[in-house]
Amino acid sequence: MDVAFTIRRYQPEVREDPYYETFKFEAEPTDRVLDGLNHIKWHMDGTLALRRSCQHGICGSDAMRINGKNGLACKTLLQDVGAEVTIEPLMGFPVLKDLIVDVDPFFEQFKKVKAYLINDGPEPDRERLQSPEEAARYGDTSKCIMCGACTGSCPSFWPGSGFIGPAAVVQAHRFMFDSRDEGNEERAAALDGRDGVWACRTVFNCTKACPVGIQVTRAIGEVKRALTWDGS
Amino acid sequence: MSDGAARERPTFTGPREWVTYRGGLGMLMWGLHRIAGLGILLFLTLHIVDIFLLGFGKDVFNSLIGIYSSPWAHVMDVFLVFGVLFHAINGLRIIVQDFAPRVMLAEHKLVVIELVVLFVIFVPAAWALLAPLFGG
Ligand code: FES
Repeated sequence: MDVAFTIRRYQPEVREDPYYETFKFEAEPTDRVLDGLNHIKWHMDGTLALRRSCQHGICGSDAMRINGKNGLACKTLLQDVGAEVTIEPLMGFPVLKDLIVDVDPFFEQFKKVKAYLINDGPEPDRERLQSPEEAARYGDTSKCIMCGACTGSCPSFWPGSGFIGPAAVVQAHRFMFDSRDEGNEERAAALDGRDGVWACRTVFNCTKACPVGIQVTRAIGEVKRALTWDGS
Repeated sequence: MSDGAARERPTFTGPREWVTYRGGLGMLMWGLHRIAGLGILLFLTLHIVDIFLLGFGKDVFNSLIGIYSSPWAHVMDVFLVFGVLFHAINGLRIIVQDFAPRVMLAEHKLVVIELVVLFVIFVPAAWALLAPLFGG
């Protein structure tokens, strides 16, 4: 099939303003958007800047806005998006070059919510055991690959007013509902406030953007509940 | 963040980008909720202004209040009823979701239920408001 990729370019070295550029080439319907981007980079314009690594939906490097909706380029087939594809960087992130956004502030949010196991109790001799039911409690949010598709899809995040974003809440959820963890009080500082979960307006864009199918809005809802009732 | 303020990094964001994001039903409902909210605010402002006009005497107040019985005012009332109902019922859906996050798995079903409730109340109300215009 003949495809046309319209890409939002930003090349600060050569041009101050971002601009859109269209590339036309031949592709298979079963090709992924990432194959198309690779084709452009390798055969048409080597200056195209994008992140990708695993190319199999695992590393979470290539989240971008594809035809107006966030997703992973390596998991989106051309036959699902059509022959005219508009590709833009994630919204609400500072753009470094073309499709590459600055993810430093994004990862700062994970630190704020202390997305790691907190347990100051005495260390057991072996692993901290957990039943399958206890593990299932946070099973959904443990799938997160930290690609940022959800955070970049959130209207509360777009204006850049400081919302920690759905991805950070998902990470917090993963540990808050872990039976081995005892850090919920410490996490509340970042989660329970204007810039925390309460900035979520249940728009559901995050749930629809998640490339691994996490029920993001639901997870945020569970954190809200926990902060309201279970936490105190 | 190594070179700090040395170079401005234009964030990809802005009203044009926001409205063109294809978020689907959830984003549509969220947008309508804001619009309905602003509409209600506008109506309240209008209401406060007309009461305020009482202070300028009977005639001023009567001439303005007369506008409210015109056919156009009835049409506006229909919008008002829709806006208030939408804002109220959509708000109830959000509250239900907040109390029981697991219902979010059925987001679309909840919206369908919401719209059914909305129209069951709205249609008779709109009828009551518009029928007099057609001699009903
Ligand atoms: S390249 Fe690793 S997730 Fe797409």
